[in-house]
Amino acid sequence: MTRGLWIALATLALLPFASHSQFVANLAMLTAISAALGQAWNIAGGFGGLTSFGHVAFFGLGAYADAILQTRYGFTPWLGLPAAALLGGGVGWLMGLATFRAGLRGSYFALVTLAFAEAFRILANSIGITGGGSGILVKLHTSAGNFQFADRRAGYAAALALLALATFAARRLAVGRFGAYLMAVRENEDAARALGVRAVRVKSAALALSGALTALGGVLYVQSYLYIDPPTAFSVERSVEMLLVAMIGGAGTVAGPLLGALAVHAIADTTRSLVATPGVAPMLYGVVLLLIIGFLPGGIARFVTRPAHA
Amino acid sequence: MLEVRGLSRRFGGVRAVRGIDLDVPAGAIVALIGPNGAGKTTSFAAIAGFVRPDSGSVRLDGTDIIGWPPERIALAGMVRTFQITQPFAGLTVAENIRIGAFLRESHRNAATRLARELGTELGLGAWLDRPAAALTVAGRKRLELARALAARPRLLLLDEVMAGLTPTEVNETVALVRGVRGRGATILLTEHVMQAVTALADRVYVMAEGAMIAQGTPREIAVDQRVVEAYLGKGAAARIADG
Repeated sequence: MTRGLWIALATLALLPFASHSQFVANLAMLTAISAALGQAWNIAGGFGGLTSFGHVAFFGLGAYADAILQTRYGFTPWLGLPAAALLGGGVGWLMGLATFRAGLRGSYFALVTLAFAEAFRILANSIGITGGGSGILVKLHTSAGNFQFADRRAGYAAALALLALATFAARRLAVGRFGAYLMAVRENEDAARALGVRAVRVKSAALALSGALTALGGVLYVQSYLYIDPPTAFSVERSVEMLLVAMIGGAGTVAGPLLGALAVHAIADTTRSLVATPGVAPMLYGVVLLLIIGFLPGGIARFVTRPAHA
Repeated sequence: MLEVRGLSRRFGGVRAVRGIDLDVPAGAIVALIGPNGAGKTTSFAAIAGFVRPDSGSVRLDGTDIIGWPPERIALAGMVRTFQITQPFAGLTVAENIRIGAFLRESHRNAATRLARELGTELGLGAWLDRPAAALTVAGRKRLELARALAARPRLLLLDEVMAGLTPTEVNETVALVRGVRGRGATILLTEHVMQAVTALADRVYVMAEGAMIAQGTPREIAVDQRVVEAYLGKGAAARIADG
């Protein structure tokens, strides 16, 4: 059953390469980025129960790190990848230490992450190096060395690579010791500590890993759209989408974010083509999320596969 | 192995633990008993690092561990169970036990094997792949024990593992705890079930209203006037003696 699901997902992922339509490739790329970001969120929010409402903070940091390094300092955008990962991971680690040492959990943690993202947005708006409110424009110069591709299918391939990396990380969590500790802390922190689990360290490491992967998503965004500004880099909507993708698909499962991204994009793109009124798609997400929480607390993954911990 | 001196903790105006002394020699089974509200659970929490005592010292093999977080104490070899069972509800029984096993066994296959063996040994064999939330009270008590044992403690703190069990289950658990000592672990337990205390303990400490009022062998404790009065009220010992 599980193997069948993965074969189906892999086949689906390869299909867009057969099409010459840039529209299809773009749609596929956006879905893959959503899935990758959802998977990155899932590592902290699903496996660790660290429900973040401000994960876009890492996305924005990654995007700006990449944009600034190449436009201001002339580095190759390929360097943006490790730089963004380090920055996202480092900020995730520090944010974890600060909030978890203070004993913040649940909705308090969610609010702190939201505040973090907002603080970064305001900062990006007001300091010089980010170009302030006018943002940063990356010069169009398509070449592999420049990590810019004329063919959207190449961008899609890069998004798939990130998705594969995030999914590999999630898979490791589902089977290994670190992941087991992370889930134990999610289920019952005191009991975990009584068995020798360094809860603060485990949670901070999960947030660092999740932050690093999310930041890589920001790099892919900049390399595809060649522009970043504070509202795009740190939008609340993107935080919500990461959380939705993971929760609709099945938080704390390996396949969940992939299924969630497919579902969310199917809903969004179908609605957009049927109804012209803006705002209908987010409303529909809301309805679907309520239905999922009400009737399928394990997400779609519960239906299709067994949960990662079973 | 464990040496507690002058341990005190107050909550607001309540002096929950008032300067207790307690010794657990290596290889022994020591019981800490007392009526409800005597301060046993607080003492346990303070010894295991979950509650910071106001004063006093707790030495594990000579090292003062006051102020250590619980995870560091567990790494040092002292592992506790909880009176109110604390399963990882969303994980399976085997996965619950494996969390304990990971403390000494970092390889996942070895940890899984150890967890399943231990679970089976403790009578949880049929439940290994079911969620811990599905367990009965007795099952949860066993899971607490199995998880702690999987961490291979040198000193095991059992907080009322017999509470809520049927007499048959108590007998089984008594045999289990004996088996644990047989493997070389030292045990400190709190218990209400006197049958279990009498059957297991080498030495018994009695607490009442936060203070240590008596200690001795189970036989000595059973006839100690202060202990009888702590449980049955002042003058009870004399009235019983009068018949």
